[in-house]
Amino acid sequence: MFKLIKQLTSFVAMVAMLFVFTTETMAAKKSKTLKNTQKKGFVRCGVSQGLPGFSNADAAGNWTGVDVDVCRAVAAAVLGDANKVKFTPLSAKERFTALTSGEIDILSRNTTWTLSRDADIGLTFVGVNFYDGQGFMVRKSSGITSTSQFKDGISACTNLGTTTELNMRDFFNSKGISYTPVTFEKADEVVAAYDAGRCDTYTTDKSGLAAQRIKLSSPDDHIVLPETISKEPLGPVVRQGDAVWEDIVRWSLNTMIEAEEYGITSSNADSMKTSDNPAIKRLVGAEGEMGAAFGLDNEWNLRIIKQVGNYGESYKRNIADTGILPDRGPNELWTKGGILYVPPSR
Amino acid sequence: MNNKFKRLIPQFLTLLLVVLIFGFFTLNAQVNMDNRGIDFGFGFLKQEASFDIQFSLVEYDGLDPYWWAYVAALLNTLLVAVLGIIFCTIIGVIVGVARLSSNYLIRNTAAWYVEFFRNIPLLLQIFFWYYAALRALPLPQDAEPLLGVSYLTIKGFYIPAMIWENLNIFLYSIVLAIIGIIIVRTYARKLQENEGKQLPVFYISLGLIVILPLLSFLVGGVSLDFEIPVIKQLSITSFTYEGGVGLPPELIALTLALSLYTATFIAECVRAGIQGVGKGQKEAAASIGLNPNQILKLVVMPQALRIIIPPTTNQYLNLTKNSSLAAAIAYPDLVLVFAGTALMQTGKAIEIVSITMLTYLSLSLAIAALMNWYNKKIEIKEK
Repeated sequence: MFKLIKQLTSFVAMVAMLFVFTTETMAAKKSKTLKNTQKKGFVRCGVSQGLPGFSNADAAGNWTGVDVDVCRAVAAAVLGDANKVKFTPLSAKERFTALTSGEIDILSRNTTWTLSRDADIGLTFVGVNFYDGQGFMVRKSSGITSTSQFKDGISACTNLGTTTELNMRDFFNSKGISYTPVTFEKADEVVAAYDAGRCDTYTTDKSGLAAQRIKLSSPDDHIVLPETISKEPLGPVVRQGDAVWEDIVRWSLNTMIEAEEYGITSSNADSMKTSDNPAIKRLVGAEGEMGAAFGLDNEWNLRIIKQVGNYGESYKRNIADTGILPDRGPNELWTKGGILYVPPSR
Repeated sequence: MNNKFKRLIPQFLTLLLVVLIFGFFTLNAQVNMDNRGIDFGFGFLKQEASFDIQFSLVEYDGLDPYWWAYVAALLNTLLVAVLGIIFCTIIGVIVGVARLSSNYLIRNTAAWYVEFFRNIPLLLQIFFWYYAALRALPLPQDAEPLLGVSYLTIKGFYIPAMIWENLNIFLYSIVLAIIGIIIVRTYARKLQENEGKQLPVFYISLGLIVILPLLSFLVGGVSLDFEIPVIKQLSITSFTYEGGVGLPPELIALTLALSLYTATFIAECVRAGIQGVGKGQKEAAASIGLNPNQILKLVVMPQALRIIIPPTTNQYLNLTKNSSLAAAIAYPDLVLVFAGTALMQTGKAIEIVSITMLTYLSLSLAIAALMNWYNKKIEIKEK
């Protein structure tokens, strides 16, 4: 029944594209999305239907995850309170329509940044909050330890409407292996199908595999194969056409990453105001007019760091401490051997 | 003149309103799409789809364009609709007749079946068959062979494939048999009208449809072989079957759910039809010396069909549209493949949703046209 409601919502969202009448006048200093958000008093954020570590709701309905933290950071910046976020769980199929039709204002849902998505469908990717790649999960008992052991006739479960579906085809075709794709709309359904034995392998982003493995009936019976078959830079997305809002989301994310770089954490942020380093002072609103360009006050970035924390804190809290991916891999700062590198706030 | 003009005003205003409303929506969509940099157009249909489909009736590969993916998906929708219509009609007629049986057990079992299946939402039934019933099937390596040649497993139902030689000759022989039957029937009717003689039309027809295809095997060079599915090891613990035909569990679950659900409504149509023929009709038929078989065939059924066909048409339409619930269980139908994957990969929401809606509309209209034609044929022709 819930499923049907979801399908209805996605249909309504599509139809809504025809009905929503938004006259976007000349680029005003203040963005329309920002104005609406401040009027409503909450940030409308699209997240996944439950991916531990990225966006997941507990029994009480509290959302946590690194994707969730991006929306919380924006809420802290524009509304002053990181809790003023309304989360809308979306399937992979519904996510873009929900954003372009104006149902949500930020899509922070482990979404891969690709050329066609960025250029074609009225969306703008603002950055990368997780560098990922597609992998495969199999049963340990199968004895498979590498994708080179895959044989003709293998069936692979995955999510509908994702880059995964395309990468999977490229991969199997290049290896000359015939396979059966079984695609479900919800991640939970994919996991259930794989768990029951409907498929021999489950393929999606490696972070997703690590997170979903926890949901299997006996996680230890499954392994994620070492091969990575694609680049999956995941990041938040906004609607095209509101450059100021786009900048707010981009720099909220950048602030979290740069704060880690300079060692500013949620607990020491206030004391950093008196730092000798102007770069640090700018990040906590003690120097320059960093918020004026967005139509925000000067402590927007301080609030992000104080209420949500820096990227490292967010990663540790959501992904490392939950046992999903203790090793940060490429998602480590560039200064520590990773590839997280953001432009400076100045 | 003045009066006529007055009558035209409201019509003109209504028309204007409709045009304005449509114009508003079109313009609004255009403005918003422009603002967000979304192009409108159907050019994407010629682009390479680059995704695969689990199962299709035609040769489909990711290198094919989107429109071919659409065709493959549409055929999957048609397949499940046709299978559903065939099975629901068979079950529906049997249960409908059973509900009127004089046997207490048969009558009540049928009534129980109808009440049970029609009062549970279809989506739940699909979930039941897919997630509860079919997920409980054995893994390929544990499956017991059915009749020694088929395997019902969690990955699908593997049955032998037919390998025909000179299939066309076999098909010609069937067409020939059907033409022969039509000729015999026409001749028999004429004979009865002119001379009052009756021919055993049924036996002649049966003979034709059996003997001609049989001859095609014996002298026409037609041969039929079966390719039996063979188990194949993919890794230490995972297996699949090779050769033969693999029916995906999604197709089986969907066909089961759709036909069992729709059959309850058809059973009620059939019951209503038979009960709608007045008792006097049967008594009158008996009084002129017709035997019970003739009464059913010549008096009851022609009248009952008039009552049965129109509501049954509705059920066929419902079944076809309900097949779109396939998307809930990964059966690659039009909604899952085209309005799902293709929409996601291209982002052409308005175009794809309108194509999908138009497709279902045309499908429904085609079925309705077919059934209306049949209805016209059997309805009372007033002289």
